[in-house]
Amino acid sequence: MLATLQSSQHPLASTAEQLRVLQSGPLPGAAKPFDQALADTGLGPLVANGIEVVQVNVGKLCNQTCKHCHVDAGPDRTEENMAPETFELCLGAIRKIGQPEVDITGGAPELNPCFRDFVERVRDLGCAVTDRCNLTVLTLPSQRDLAGFLARHRVRVIASLPYFLSSRTDAQRGRGVFDKSVAGLRLLNALGYGMPGSGLELDLVYNPTGAFLPPDQAALESDFRRELRARHQIEFNSLFAITNMPISRYLEFLVRSGNYERYMQKLVTAFNPGAAEGVMCRTMISVGWDGRLYDCDFNQMLDLEVGFGKPRHIRDFDIEGLSGRQIETRQHCYGCTAGAGSSCGGTTV
Amino acid sequence: MADYYDEADLPRFAEMGTEAPELWDKFSSWYGAVFEAGALSKREKSLIALAVAHAVQCPYCIDAYTQGCLEQGSNLEQMTEAVHVASAIKGGSALVHGLQMRKIADKVSM
Repeated sequence: MLATLQSSQHPLASTAEQLRVLQSGPLPGAAKPFDQALADTGLGPLVANGIEVVQVNVGKLCNQTCKHCHVDAGPDRTEENMAPETFELCLGAIRKIGQPEVDITGGAPELNPCFRDFVERVRDLGCAVTDRCNLTVLTLPSQRDLAGFLARHRVRVIASLPYFLSSRTDAQRGRGVFDKSVAGLRLLNALGYGMPGSGLELDLVYNPTGAFLPPDQAALESDFRRELRARHQIEFNSLFAITNMPISRYLEFLVRSGNYERYMQKLVTAFNPGAAEGVMCRTMISVGWDGRLYDCDFNQMLDLEVGFGKPRHIRDFDIEGLSGRQIETRQHCYGCTAGAGSSCGGTTV
Repeated sequence: MADYYDEADLPRFAEMGTEAPELWDKFSSWYGAVFEAGALSKREKSLIALAVAHAVQCPYCIDAYTQGCLEQGSNLEQMTEAVHVASAIKGGSALVHGLQMRKIADKVSM
């Protein structure tokens, strides 16, 4: 299994170093700051437009170490995981908002001991809940009843599966991950997930398995549906094509493989004002394992807290102040505005 | 030869418009239109481009359309088959010219 950047004491384990590379790294002929690109198209500064989604990152513990992980999650990240009192603060904020969609991510969020209690209580508030699931967690001996729990609570599952072939999936996520992912998908299908009329939604997430942009989402969804059905009898609802962000382990891959400059050039060249209008940070707030607030999960992993004088911790949650806040942007934001755009729900245009 | 084919030259392609901007604009516009989805999908067109890139042995085009095919959702199995199609046509093209050889040999022989 791949070592995390933190455990190998890699310089890019430091968010300051990541930001230094992103801000000062070579961008031939197009070193335009992201804010400037927005301003030039009449879209800057980027401002939030309410809070429809509360994305709670419950920690960095994961049973996998994927090569592209922007969290640098892994089995050794046992310290940075949300504590019960922080979950309580999240519930308080969710009540203040009303009934936002609650999107739970990690790491493998299910490995947090408070995960199930949190899901139950958020569902009791009447909120739709999404679990961002790596699929293999469903096959762990300690999680045998996880799929059933998710189904009972009508939790939407958004599952990572970068390709319908084992070679590319395992190259990104680790040896044997594809077969376990298929086993996880079969468990979900057997409970009705992804099946017409069940109301149990199962969506897949595609990430490019290298230094290139994602394909057309609709065409790819059609490929996945055809191939997964024919090869493994797997059904799902939708596929989201997500661009890899030049952060953490993916940034390390880009730099180490000599692809950083060209990938950033590709993102900058593909800047799409239409995609910028629909970026997810405009309608969400991201909560870190320690309760700090961010505009998105990517900013969270770069330690870029909500700025411009707004409350920075869930204990100080202020819906009025945060709903129209200005978004913190840096060069990595080009990742969400390239081509057809990218968000936790796939393309934005 | 490394100096003749520099990866960093690919993004500079548009410099070919410096002395002939109207011709460059026409080429760019036509090139862009060619790769839009039509009777063929963008993915099919990228696979054709990848195959042709190998047939004409253009390193810039191979670089561009390897990435282009991946970004259109093709996988290495499909891309390898496309290169084999190009190779088969190149090889077949050489071989079928053997008929010229046979005809000429026939003509000059008793």
